[in-house]
Amino acid sequence: MGYVLGIDVGSTTSKGVILKDGKEIAATNIVQAGTGTDGPDLVKENLFRMLDLKQEEIDYTVVTGYGRKTYDQADAQISELSCHSKATYFLFPQARTVIDIGGQDAKVLSLDAEGKMVNFIMNDKCAAGTGRFLDVMAQILQLNIGDLETEAAKAQKEIKISSTCTVFAESEVISQLSAGVELPDLVAGICQSVASRVAALAKRIGIKEQVCMSGGVAQNGGVRKALEKELGVSILYSELAQVTGALGAALYADEKSVHITK
Amino acid sequence: MSEEVKKQRPAPDPNSAKFKLNAIAAKAYADAQEAKERGEMVGWCSSNFPVEIPETLGLYVCYPENQAAAIAARGAGEKMCEISEADGYSNDICAYARISLAYAKVKDAPEQNMPQPDFLLCCNNICNCMIKWYENLAKELNIPLIMIDIPFNPDYEVSDAEVAYIKAQFLEAIRQLEELTGKKWSEEKYKEVMELSGRTSRAWLAATSCAKYTPSPFNGFDLLNHMAVMVTARGKAEAADAMETLLKEYENNHETGTSTFRAEEKHRIMFEGIACWPWLRATSTGMKSRGINMVTTIYADAFGFIYKDFDDMCRAYAKVPNAINLELARDKRVKLCKDNHVEGLLVHTNRSCKLWSGFMYEMSRQIGEACDIPVASFDGDQADPRNFSEAQYDTRVQGLTEIMESKKEGK
Repeated sequence: MGYVLGIDVGSTTSKGVILKDGKEIAATNIVQAGTGTDGPDLVKENLFRMLDLKQEEIDYTVVTGYGRKTYDQADAQISELSCHSKATYFLFPQARTVIDIGGQDAKVLSLDAEGKMVNFIMNDKCAAGTGRFLDVMAQILQLNIGDLETEAAKAQKEIKISSTCTVFAESEVISQLSAGVELPDLVAGICQSVASRVAALAKRIGIKEQVCMSGGVAQNGGVRKALEKELGVSILYSELAQVTGALGAALYADEKSVHITK
Repeated sequence: MSEEVKKQRPAPDPNSAKFKLNAIAAKAYADAQEAKERGEMVGWCSSNFPVEIPETLGLYVCYPENQAAAIAARGAGEKMCEISEADGYSNDICAYARISLAYAKVKDAPEQNMPQPDFLLCCNNICNCMIKWYENLAKELNIPLIMIDIPFNPDYEVSDAEVAYIKAQFLEAIRQLEELTGKKWSEEKYKEVMELSGRTSRAWLAATSCAKYTPSPFNGFDLLNHMAVMVTARGKAEAADAMETLLKEYENNHETGTSTFRAEEKHRIMFEGIACWPWLRATSTGMKSRGINMVTTIYADAFGFIYKDFDDMCRAYAKVPNAINLELARDKRVKLCKDNHVEGLLVHTNRSCKLWSGFMYEMSRQIGEACDIPVASFDGDQADPRNFSEAQYDTRVQGLTEIMESKKEGK
């Protein structure tokens, strides 16, 4: 019986997955603290506690994410692009396009029939169209990030919000609030703003079905539905969306550990 | 107790191409400064203006684009950009322009000084922002501007009508410069310059084509440095000599299995766009640490001018990369990728260069398809350091590397 560990050190959160025998997801954990914090260590501690494991029982560790290069407790580091591709294909073998909206970036990955990443595209140097955009908007509206989906579902119409700049969008939202628009309509507009930005990115690389979403924002049904409408395709997502990067890292760790054992 | 010996770099070989090329680039500034001090009129010149004209007339000119690149590479890009921004120039404008306009105002940049101009030579075949940049310089400094318009070419060939349009402007520029500076055009001298320019260009193109060998006998970042001589001095005998030395060195490297790329060449890519000068080390290390050699760039073609007479020269200046249509520009790049066994394309989405970066979105997609290679792009700037994020760059280059590795492994 072998355990491997995948850690995803993101810009705002740290995520971890322990994989048993290369197939079974033994434990997952998320800590709301990213790179430059004790988040990655906490994730590891939590995972070990959950499975009553010790460091020596971990055969191999792969780290990914924004903070991958500064995390020094892994055996190897792999980009989040490859990790999201790997894990999405593991969860959905029919996946050919992966849309990952993370804390500070958005990426679209093209996979071939074997699940190999063949091309990718990422957002430019701007927070619009990322999880950070939604964080900022939720804060202005005094909502929890998880409430955005519920509010968007109640919308009667959609208020258009800028998709080009988080700061401009923030001003727009404040103006709309002052004008007394309904909160659900405003939230729907915010979700649409992220979706239209990411859809433009996805169209540039070319959409091949099945389209899947990974990353924390995948759990936001408001954005997911808006994106389905923008792209004209159905989008699959997993409850494990937020730990997809860590799962990919764990899958790579398993491959590498098998390679070493051989 | 033993005395600590400080490790010193070996003295550069004065017969090496690197030494000769660096000396030519430095001498160009020194010569212009001396001419200015002698009381001669000195010009500022855009990079794709026909250098043969000032060279034949015996005029000394400096190149604001090269100066801005040097200032940015030496860490003063942001400081200079902020001077122009405080004067009302938007930070959306080309950073070379902002640095140059700042320099015209403050007249000092220890990172790279050059004499103030008495006239300006501008040609819009490289970009249209250049027109307003030079017009503003002319107005601010109250000096004459000679402007040459080379229209964007939607066709594969340059028509006779376009050659006639350009030729009339070149001839008028010569007349204006003769009148302004008192120097005289000599057909004999022009032939000499044309031959030298051809010699330099042939050697440069042959040297850059040595990337066809695997491993490449040179590090592609060398091209970015050596290009300065191609821009400023291709009509000079010493430039022809230095480029021929460079070619010999690269051929010799190939024969002896050596390279100026000081790492194992695991992957070969084409780099698209102007270098990210303020972050040259970061961009270079991000590739070298992964065994990526940037073996080719369209720059290799951009400054190699080969022509047989004055009309042909006009034609050559209408074929520079930013003056040609997407399909021709794509075909040139596809050829470079195929000739040099390129495995990936890294595109610098250069915030300063809207024209170049704007058409790369579609062109890079087409190149990727035509060559079956992965394409990655990163945001940056040729001279404004604020438009680049090292972490974002690193992830994109790592992603590109992982795809190239995976393709090789056939996973």
